[in-house]
Amino acid sequence: GKNEYDLLVVGGGSGGLACAKEAAQFGRKVAVLDYVEPSPKGTTWGLGGTCVNVGCIPKKLMHQASLLGSALKDAQHYGWNISQPVHHDWSVMAQAVQNYVKSLNWGHRVQLQDKKVKYFNMKGSFSDPHTVRGLTKAGKETVVTADNIVIATGGRPKYPTHIAGALEYGITSDDLFWLKESPGKTLPSFILYVSLECAGFLTGIGLDTTVMMRSIPLRGFDQASHIYKHKQICFTTQQQMASLVTEHMESYGTKFLKRCLPTKVEKLKSNRLQVTWKNADLNTEETDSFDTVMWAVGRAPDTKTLNLETAGVKINSETGKIIVDASEATSVPHIYAIGDITEGRPELTPTAIAAGKLLAQRLFGQSSELMDYDNVPTTVFTPLEYGCVGLSEEAAVQCHGSDNIEVYHAYYKPLEFTVAERDATQCYIKMVCLREREQRILGLHFIGPNAGEVIQGFALGIK
Amino acid sequence: SVQAHKEEDNPEKTMEMNGLTPVPDSYDYDLIVIGGGSGGLAAAKEAAKYGKKVMVLDFVTPTPQGSSWGLGGTCVNVGCIPKKLMHQAALLGQALQDSRKFGWQFTEDVKHNWMTMTESVQNYIGSLNWGYRVTLRDTKVTYENAYGEFVGPHTIKATNKKGVEKLYTAERFIIATGERPRYLGVPGDKEHCISSDDLFSLPYCPGKTLVVGASYVALECAGFLAGLGLDVTVMVRSILLRGFDQDMANKIGEYMKEHGVSFIREFVPIKIEKVEEGTPGILKVTAKSTTENQLIEGEYNTVLLAIGRDPCTRKIGLDKVGVKINEKTGKIPVNDEEQTNVPYIYAIGDILQDKLELTPVAIQAGRLLVQRLYAGATTKCDYVNVPTTVFTPLEYGACGYSEQTAVEKFGEENIEVYHSHFWPLEWTVPSRDNNKCYAKIICNIQDKERVIGFHVLGPNAGEVTQGFAAAMKCGLTKEQLDGTVGIHPVCAEV
Repeated sequence: GKNEYDLLVVGGGSGGLACAKEAAQFGRKVAVLDYVEPSPKGTTWGLGGTCVNVGCIPKKLMHQASLLGSALKDAQHYGWNISQPVHHDWSVMAQAVQNYVKSLNWGHRVQLQDKKVKYFNMKGSFSDPHTVRGLTKAGKETVVTADNIVIATGGRPKYPTHIAGALEYGITSDDLFWLKESPGKTLPSFILYVSLECAGFLTGIGLDTTVMMRSIPLRGFDQASHIYKHKQICFTTQQQMASLVTEHMESYGTKFLKRCLPTKVEKLKSNRLQVTWKNADLNTEETDSFDTVMWAVGRAPDTKTLNLETAGVKINSETGKIIVDASEATSVPHIYAIGDITEGRPELTPTAIAAGKLLAQRLFGQSSELMDYDNVPTTVFTPLEYGCVGLSEEAAVQCHGSDNIEVYHAYYKPLEFTVAERDATQCYIKMVCLREREQRILGLHFIGPNAGEVIQGFALGIK
Repeated sequence: SVQAHKEEDNPEKTMEMNGLTPVPDSYDYDLIVIGGGSGGLAAAKEAAKYGKKVMVLDFVTPTPQGSSWGLGGTCVNVGCIPKKLMHQAALLGQALQDSRKFGWQFTEDVKHNWMTMTESVQNYIGSLNWGYRVTLRDTKVTYENAYGEFVGPHTIKATNKKGVEKLYTAERFIIATGERPRYLGVPGDKEHCISSDDLFSLPYCPGKTLVVGASYVALECAGFLAGLGLDVTVMVRSILLRGFDQDMANKIGEYMKEHGVSFIREFVPIKIEKVEEGTPGILKVTAKSTTENQLIEGEYNTVLLAIGRDPCTRKIGLDKVGVKINEKTGKIPVNDEEQTNVPYIYAIGDILQDKLELTPVAIQAGRLLVQRLYAGATTKCDYVNVPTTVFTPLEYGACGYSEQTAVEKFGEENIEVYHSHFWPLEWTVPSRDNNKCYAKIICNIQDKERVIGFHVLGPNAGEVTQGFAAAMKCGLTKEQLDGTVGIHPVCAEV
């Protein structure tokens, strides 16, 4: 035909790469555009998207570093003689993590090459429904045309720009994982799972960490894109789980400033940051100084620079996310969108990958299978992990009525905690079922070590 | 008490078949459970819930080395619990090494103190023994620390440590006496060797150890001893982990070999001699090849025998009440309701013939049995697709058929095996093996590719396997497996 490529994927992250590689399997001519706009602090990274560079991967590795800190303490109870004191060196960890991430960037580039997918390190924007203009860092332009286009540009952390000094002095998760030196005394502000996970591992490696939250833990999820239409995945309204998780963090040294709203951030002569906030409970204004302030107030899609209006692709005006139907098609028939950028979908790597693969199979492989977004299992990697699949208790009650629901729950103590004399107060499991007859399980929630490993198999059972 | 009943209730009651002990027509207890282990205690507590008068007899005959323990059975005292805790100690040793790569800094020289670990473990076990005694008291189950044996119909004799004998009668009995480690039957075995019964409370570090056997007990013990820094050798007569998927068994062995455990294959010890006293002393082991005419010798501080376990069924008077056992193995055959050939006598746990020797199985069987006896339930224990995990240094979780048995049962052309190596994210930074962790599922092509076997080799294998077992019970197919989204990044998503 007249278009250069069968498929153009804009965005080389989890969804984009999976879709591109799958399409290439069918012998199609595929191109991928990937570009990382540096963060306000100047951080940038290679091919692979959020998960690989500034998400799941470095997060889990730093979480592991923090868990190993606990393991060191446990080990003494199990007979290991380790001389005190024990220190953590941020730069050793950061370098090791960054090296691993770079090896993944490399691996992705090699894979694309092997599968004969053309890769452009360029920032894409639509010129017309079948044409994307790519711009390199140096300003060089390339025009790419394709029969089908998949938008998978993901999201970037938001800044609370209404707070003075937020942009100039604060960092986000985009920067945290690439810091060469320790963040020191840190304030990850506002509560989302990103904030709790980061605060968790920062505390675990010995840093003085405070979490400032506007209201209650994980409350942010109620407004987050994790909710969609009638279906709710388990992050929402999980106040019970959230408080168990944060209680655990508190008992291990993370400080929480609840119902506090930062009003400004200023730089001190010592180069430290002074944060001023309003304490809503006491109606007072308080300040403290920190080495690092990290914002984790949500992520937003970068749709402005894509020039979507030119292509005719409709977005949700409130969230900025692209509206898609069950086959991931946008308002323009040959333009699709997958991953974090889509309205009403879970912001998770495995769903983006699965959706991307299925989309490619439908476009080029005569398949008609749609992505099933129901009962997607997930895990929050806080120091005490929280894994879940299916409905929360509240969602189940909403769907079926409280008379038709039965909840089984229990506290438990992992055997490994006994000799280690660790506190298992927050280790908890809850199962939400239909009350009638065989009591079908609607949702499973688990707080404890290795929550992801535990939940995965049960997700199969629920399916 | 039998005499008392005879005189008070019914002096005309006829004598029993052997004419020696009369059948009492009112009993001391509704139920007597012989054996206070996983199965026995679960059954006893369940029966008490239904208001039954229950007694539990538990007694531990000391080992040749003199080890003994409290209420709770094998799992609590000399099995699952101390094993997992010592396995954890070994894993923590590995974690210490990994942690350096993640930025943790501490002295190079890290040593393990056996006594610190063993004391902690024993303290925890002691708390469990205590907890069980309290629970029995709270649920009004009578507990006697005495050796129980049948002396006649519905009648047992309980002998305590001091030799005092008492007789008790019950309407029904559950035998749950479990097993004890087997000895080699060669000179020096009982005098000088220890077994798992002794290892977990050993009051000194075992030092350079020879583990004889290839059971999961042998490999798990060898694994954690090596992980604690000890010089460990495993002597294997033929194959590893008989009864398990051999493909996985070999992978486990390979991993252990690469991580510091020596293996001597196709040899059996024929003589063990003490050459030096001490705690530990030095033992000289002479072993003979099973394939050719060759003898070897070696010196070790400790020799741990893990060659199998034998049921405690031969000295509990089963002949007096006519309960049939398998004369060769000592195991008790039961029907699908755990009933022996004598209608009022049941059996659960490790002593059962052709059933899995696992704590959760014994507990489940015990509870369901009691519910059928006293609560009108009809559910029988399902012994199919029972998940299990071997806690070797690289853990192995499994549920369902091994590849060999699947091929045997369904034919090679009717099964499909899907498999993959994987590299846990947590192993990347410390540069640990990238081709050792492995997962395999076996599907039945003729039945919608139903998953009939699940095998995983990797960290936290038990946690990974548990949920899959539930899914397999629901009839998981390959298509459903493929259609389920993974949690990222965890091992289980593979």
